[in-house]
Amino acid sequence: MLTKRIIPCLDIKNGRTVKGVNFVDLRDAGDPVELAKQYAKLGADELVFLDISATLEGRKTMHDMVLKVAEHVNIPFTVGGGISSIKDVDDLLKCGADKISINSSAVKRPELVNELSKKFGSQCVVVAIDAKQIDEEWIVHLAGGTIPTTLNLFNWAKEVEQRGAGEILFTSMNNDGTKAGFANDALAKLSKTVNIPIIASGGAGNVQHFVNTFKDGKADAALAASVFHFGEIAILDLKRELRENNITVRI
Amino acid sequence: MKLVIIDYGAGNIKSIQFAFKRLGIDAILSSNPEIITSADRVIFPGVGEASSAMKMLKKSGLDKLIPTLKQPVLGICLGMQLMCNSSEEGNTKGLGIFNVDVKRFSSVVKVPQMGWNTINELKSKLFANIKEGEFMYLVHSFYAEMCQEAISSTHYQLDYASALQKDNFYGVQFHPEKSSLAGEQVLKNFINIKS
Repeated sequence: MLTKRIIPCLDIKNGRTVKGVNFVDLRDAGDPVELAKQYAKLGADELVFLDISATLEGRKTMHDMVLKVAEHVNIPFTVGGGISSIKDVDDLLKCGADKISINSSAVKRPELVNELSKKFGSQCVVVAIDAKQIDEEWIVHLAGGTIPTTLNLFNWAKEVEQRGAGEILFTSMNNDGTKAGFANDALAKLSKTVNIPIIASGGAGNVQHFVNTFKDGKADAALAASVFHFGEIAILDLKRELRENNITVRI
Repeated sequence: MKLVIIDYGAGNIKSIQFAFKRLGIDAILSSNPEIITSADRVIFPGVGEASSAMKMLKKSGLDKLIPTLKQPVLGICLGMQLMCNSSEEGNTKGLGIFNVDVKRFSSVVKVPQMGWNTINELKSKLFANIKEGEFMYLVHSFYAEMCQEAISSTHYQLDYASALQKDNFYGVQFHPEKSSLAGEQVLKNFINIKS
């Protein structure tokens, strides 16, 4: 059976992980390659690297990082942040990224999803959607949830699926950072709306939240950052607990 | 050990090259028939869409060369699918090395299948030291049907052939280069196969 995936997410700025991490046995917690290797060893199923560099130099450094991760890490990884053209994607895939994730650039120019899936295949095109529930409606937001659009989450998800997206990474702005659980109602509805895998993101605080997002939210994968980086949840313990709850995972 | 990865413009070749580097082997990327023919091992990769990948193979004449190779050849993902008779993806005629057709998963399951699934009914030296039910990483919308040449099966919507073998030709639907230690073992086994 296909397993549910656990995906740690690393924020990268100028080639270094930002937001602290406190892995005791890590020589350099700021080095994304060291951290990625560690996560692969600890049982992560995939990794996501989010480039939050604002400068061109920072983006170039990202290529070197992707190359090093591909060289040293034996599990798949996705790279997102600041990707807006076929060339951006080509460069990252050539450096060894398995998938790329686009967000605002897809909202600004939806044809980009068609172009990328046609050129590189749907399997490597992840569309990230940040949405906030306002008066019962889930509204897509840009720039880390600061700028509202006129798009409805479910309509937008359907559209990117039709345009060739291979996967959706949905972050609920209402839940992100709260550590109070994932947005399972919206996730379950999303899973009914589209027929491509959904990664749940935003709100992970404890093991039960992961159980709930797979059972109630019907998520195919769950992404989290701080609970993993600060060692609050060990991936192996999490997976054992998921298995106890009859959720299929790779151990 | 001279290992050549066929470079025809389709696929995440870098990852495969790095995976062999981690095993201490410097893989050569090439589309040159002489270099490919003289290799000890050949990797036939592929990611993307079947009909356009086939077009690229034809353009370089590699569609004729690959079926004549005598050394162990390993097709990965789309590479494996192109070694089959045909694919529903873009109504593509394949290389016909494996006597099986490639179909699309139905929408009763999420398509593509993306993630870790188990390989079962293991039947080949390619899986030496790999346990039944080992997890491998897969990303695909099309699958090879179960057949005589299947050397492993995986369940998603139905049981399908997640690996194939005929004579010196091997194909795996999963990505050994991305499948952690178990994937590395498969690559090691491929290197160790006596030709």
